[in-house]
Amino acid sequence: MTDQPGANLYLSKGRRTKQPGVRLLHYWRAMWGIISRELWRFVTQRERFISALVRPLVWLFVFAAGFRAALGLAITPPYETYILYEVYITPGLIGMIQLFNGMQSSLSMVYDREMGSMRILMVCPLPRWFLLLSKLLAGTGVSILQVYVFLAIAWLYDIHAPWQGYLWILPTLMLSGLMLGALGLLLSSFIKQLENFAGVMNFVIFPMFFMSTALYPLWKMKESSELLSRLAQYNPFSQAVELIRFALYGQFNQHAFIYTLAAFLIFMTAAIIGYNPSKGMMTRKGGG
Amino acid sequence: MKKNASSLFFSLVLAGGAVQAETVFVTLEKDNALAVVDPVEGKLIKTVPIGQRPRGIAISPDNKFLYIATSDDNVIKIIDAETLKEVGKLPSGDDPETFALNPEGNRIYVSNEDDSMVTAIDIARKKAVKQIKVGVEPEGITVSPDNHWLISTSETTNMVHWIDTKTNTIVENTLVDPRPRAAGFTADSQQLWVTSEMAGTLMILDAKTKQIVKTVKFEISGVTADKIQPVGVVIDKDRARAYVALGPANRVAVINAKTFEVERYLLVGQRVWNLAFSPDQKRLYTTNGISNDISIIDLESQTVTKSVGVGNYPWGVAVKP
Repeated sequence: MTDQPGANLYLSKGRRTKQPGVRLLHYWRAMWGIISRELWRFVTQRERFISALVRPLVWLFVFAAGFRAALGLAITPPYETYILYEVYITPGLIGMIQLFNGMQSSLSMVYDREMGSMRILMVCPLPRWFLLLSKLLAGTGVSILQVYVFLAIAWLYDIHAPWQGYLWILPTLMLSGLMLGALGLLLSSFIKQLENFAGVMNFVIFPMFFMSTALYPLWKMKESSELLSRLAQYNPFSQAVELIRFALYGQFNQHAFIYTLAAFLIFMTAAIIGYNPSKGMMTRKGGG
Repeated sequence: MKKNASSLFFSLVLAGGAVQAETVFVTLEKDNALAVVDPVEGKLIKTVPIGQRPRGIAISPDNKFLYIATSDDNVIKIIDAETLKEVGKLPSGDDPETFALNPEGNRIYVSNEDDSMVTAIDIARKKAVKQIKVGVEPEGITVSPDNHWLISTSETTNMVHWIDTKTNTIVENTLVDPRPRAAGFTADSQQLWVTSEMAGTLMILDAKTKQIVKTVKFEISGVTADKIQPVGVVIDKDRARAYVALGPANRVAVINAKTFEVERYLLVGQRVWNLAFSPDQKRLYTTNGISNDISIIDLESQTVTKSVGVGNYPWGVAVKP
């Protein structure tokens, strides 16, 4: 990574200073170092940018097109009239972008650990929670960029939300991105090698995505399985998707907000513990 | 004094701010009732019993009376549009469904489907004044805004009958696509737009030549052709756009009334049949028979803003300013 020496420089500079003002600057430099590294990585890795967009777009253009007429039978909030399946699935695909992005960050953490660059980050004389939060913010920022590009393409595909909705989703994307990123961090603290990431796909991403309200509304799931609808209801990913769905139509879903916030705090706390060398999984797994 | 002045100011502001919205009336075929909807709030205000199997509905030009065809009562009821009380009945003949009011509001023309007749009723005298023999199963019926033509479409004969309102006789017949369901004139009375339920088409006829000048075919991706069954058709005052209800396709087609191109399809409730403009033509209301609701379309943004549950089998719609 070309910017690693830069980040290192910030950190070594910070070690020499103790005054509160400078210390704050030190925090900011470290955070910006992490965020800019992630953004730079994202911008330079064109394949990653394209694949992050292609995935939801394939779902929108191919999968949703086939199910056009399957929905539109009942009106559920926040919608006030009948909608096409493409319209329904859009917030779910936004969630998908953030879910995959969260997992991608988790993957890069494992990669960093294997390559040894994580050691450089972790020895930085700043609280571990702050470093992890910075890492999380960086990942969330990237996912928000992806979401807005996706929404712009969806707009051209005639999927329109009220213009205020595009502003309202910004804070919700922050929260949902942080929650899903924190889940990724937590998972990365358990994964020793990159090869194990396939398990994450099978046991985390797929169940989380398919057992959620991203693709089908709860009432539709209830028709086939009460259990499935319950699982979807308690799935934090569902709550994040609903938070985004309501925000996109200028509405605030309090329940989904509290649920997503709580899930973020739990995942984040667990991830911080997981990354603590004395207590966490890293020692046991021999990572770092 | 200051307090009085400020309270006066606020009451004036409130009075000025509370724009009196129009009222939408919807006949509920299965509930034997009339639904009253506030379309701005998007709320059902109330439902009142109106008679057996109400279907066709129209409002008088002075907006004082509603005319409602209560099919199983075999009459057209006159309802006070304010109190919603019945104030009279018109002898429509058996099983009235569709009817048209002339621009002056003194005559009603009813399609008598089983007898292949159109009955002209004098509203003031509450009397049938003429029966006109038309094709088999007359359905669509309308009067040109210049009051020159009365149009009746017969579903089985597949014809548009041009009836001179002065003589009450058929002047000409135009053969059209199968099962012509509804007809509507442009505001200048120059064109007649007719929908064919079975062919899934819309035909535009020239009022002078009485010939079809354009046939519009509807195609919606993801919807099979048999589901596209055009029914209600309305054209705006400026002849900029026309709207066609596509029945079980659950869509309203938006058509450029100058080029006759279909601009878009708007998703509404199930089995959309009838349409009505708001008085300012900023909104369009649709009755969705199977999903038991009406959809409200904002015509400026060309989007469906809300669907409001009204009761069982909403059929006809009329709007009072």
